[in-house]
Amino acid sequence: MQSTTLILMLGFMAITAFFYGRRRSLALVGGHGHGMALHSLPGYYGYYVAIWAVLPALALLLVWVMVEPRVIVALVVNGLPDAYRNLPPGELNLLVNNIQNLAAGDVVSVDVDDVLQNAATMFNAYVEKSRQFLAVLVLGMAGLGGAMAWRRIHPDLRARNRVERVIRWFLIAASSIAILTTIGIVLSVLFEAIRFFQKVPLTEFLFGLNWSPQTAIRADQVGSSGSFGAVPLFTGTLLITSIAMVVAVPVGLMTAIYLAEYSSARIRGIAKPLLEVLAGIPTVVYGFFAALTVAPWIRSAGESAGIQVASESALAAGIVMGIMIIPLVSSLADDAINAVPSAMRDGALGLGSTRSETMTKVILPAALPGIVGGILLAVSRAIGETMIVVMAAGLAANLTANPFEAVTTVTVQIVTLLVGDQEFDSAKTLAAFALGLMLFVVTLILNVIGLSVVRKYREQYD
Amino acid sequence: MTETSTDKPVPPAAEPQAEPVVEAAVLHEVPERVTELGGATVGNTRCENPFMVAEDVNVYYGDNHAIQNVSLEIGKKEVIALIGPSGCGKSTFLRCLNRMNDTIETARVTGNITLDGKDIYRSEQDPVALRARVGMVFQKPNPFPKSIYDNVAYGPRIHGLAADRAELDNIVHTSLERAGLINEVKDRLDEPGTSLSGGQQQRLCIARTIAVNPEVILMDEPCSALDPIATARIEDLMDELCEDYAIVIVTHSMQQAARVSRRVAYFHLGLLVEVDETDRIFTNPQHKLTEDYITGRIG
Repeated sequence: MQSTTLILMLGFMAITAFFYGRRRSLALVGGHGHGMALHSLPGYYGYYVAIWAVLPALALLLVWVMVEPRVIVALVVNGLPDAYRNLPPGELNLLVNNIQNLAAGDVVSVDVDDVLQNAATMFNAYVEKSRQFLAVLVLGMAGLGGAMAWRRIHPDLRARNRVERVIRWFLIAASSIAILTTIGIVLSVLFEAIRFFQKVPLTEFLFGLNWSPQTAIRADQVGSSGSFGAVPLFTGTLLITSIAMVVAVPVGLMTAIYLAEYSSARIRGIAKPLLEVLAGIPTVVYGFFAALTVAPWIRSAGESAGIQVASESALAAGIVMGIMIIPLVSSLADDAINAVPSAMRDGALGLGSTRSETMTKVILPAALPGIVGGILLAVSRAIGETMIVVMAAGLAANLTANPFEAVTTVTVQIVTLLVGDQEFDSAKTLAAFALGLMLFVVTLILNVIGLSVVRKYREQYD
Repeated sequence: MTETSTDKPVPPAAEPQAEPVVEAAVLHEVPERVTELGGATVGNTRCENPFMVAEDVNVYYGDNHAIQNVSLEIGKKEVIALIGPSGCGKSTFLRCLNRMNDTIETARVTGNITLDGKDIYRSEQDPVALRARVGMVFQKPNPFPKSIYDNVAYGPRIHGLAADRAELDNIVHTSLERAGLINEVKDRLDEPGTSLSGGQQQRLCIARTIAVNPEVILMDEPCSALDPIATARIEDLMDELCEDYAIVIVTHSMQQAARVSRRVAYFHLGLLVEVDETDRIFTNPQHKLTEDYITGRIG
């Protein structure tokens, strides 16, 4: 039986269990209208039975699915002739792989002989038997669990509390997924970075001025000594992020001020969704907008002004990234401005301030912490942005502050280091993890600062 | 009320008309009261020395006709209280007097309001300049998130009332003194205004309002968020302030209206029902609705 069918049947049993549990709880107290005699609402007794029917059966299914392949492989290997069974572990593994492939009807790397064919047939037979056994066991478990829970229903049974306890564990499990994933990512990056720092000294990475991540493939290769100074990457990131902020902060802030204080409800109703559309454009689209439209335009504009501009310039990438971030800045600033109590606005207007005085002297100072927090979040967004820079700013790790030159950023280098066929133990590949770790630390610090500023601001009016 | 109507079997439809007559006869030997809603304001909307005059004011919020044909004179150096149940339009009327309704997109005001003989809704009138002359104190104390000093200095600064720092210091000091706050805050002018207690914050807002030297002060339930002791201090303050300013106060407390005001205006469902001297209105209201409200039968 297919596992999907099995799961569907379990779902059906859960629904049935729900109705039986509900009906029994009502029947015990004499039907509808006597529900007050029950400890919990009748539905909770239904959920109680359904949970007991499904959860143990699902747990069994999970364990079975995890253990099954190993058991079957062991059984199949046991059934092989002695000559095969005593092969060294590596070759035995290969053989088992071939048997499995043959059983599944895939391509096999050796000539198929009788032994192999028999083993494959046996494998399939075991799988078939295991599935049937599993189906019986799981459905039996579900029936048994449900029946036991059903028998235990009693007007004094605290069904709601029990159901809620199970739900609470579900919620805890769901919320720990995100946390565990974060921890997992940090740890995996951290361990690889430590391996990198065993090959390349930390001081070279942090303070070296030259980024040229080449490693020798052959011992006698020329020009193979890589250098891993990350400074050009971080200055490149800083340059592009600053350009993006110079674009995004004033435009976003003024947009927010206009929308929050000056626009009519109708204009706000049109402009806000449009801004959100801007936030929804994939960054790769911004990337080719930057590379194909903005960069050539800047280049030709620069030429007519007599400035040498690289065809892939930090300026193009920064401007487009700034445009991409405008909606983020404006919506966070808009939230901060709207969070200022309207009593402030009234108070200032009531004293005879003009709208602009109200804005600059009362509302903006009051909203400033929230706005600063929003800008910091936007900065970490800009630092982490990759696609636009790959397409518009190039890959050359120049140590420069000139926005007309090509630069590269940390994220772009991580991408180029990991794209393509790589050995996963060379310094070149491991450098990506070191960069990732640095980036993670920097954005984490920015986020912590941003969020704490925002939180401090919230405390002010509560 | 109900006993009288059960005595004689009157059809239910006739009951409301019959009731007031019966009651007037039963209670006291007082003159018959006006009962209709929608007629002319009873009492006396005029005063001896009018400073702000509203005539036939109507306010619409979109399709909602919030106040209808309100005419009222507000005298120099008097406290006039606007009372009435929630939603009766008293705050709306108050906000017409300094054009705060302009900040509401859907609000529309018709009629005529003059300040010292000049129409405040005429096209040349700058609402900003008007609000400097007609100050406002709000229901909830709303000090700016600035220091106590900067809160009071805010108005003089934006209107350029002080030539130098010394003059500004003087204005701040005088305003705090007049608001009765100076002794409590004179050593902590640099602390944020929000660090004060609710009653102190409200007096700070009053100090902030009088720092721009207005001619009229509008107060929208200034004590509704305060305890009785802080309320008493604000009321004392109003007694002093009315020697220099015209004060219009919206209040839900009849006792407060009786304590602080010289005249009282009763609003009901967007209509100005009755205006009179405070003693008259609380002892001998002319309108049935006013009587019902001040005796606690409605509202």
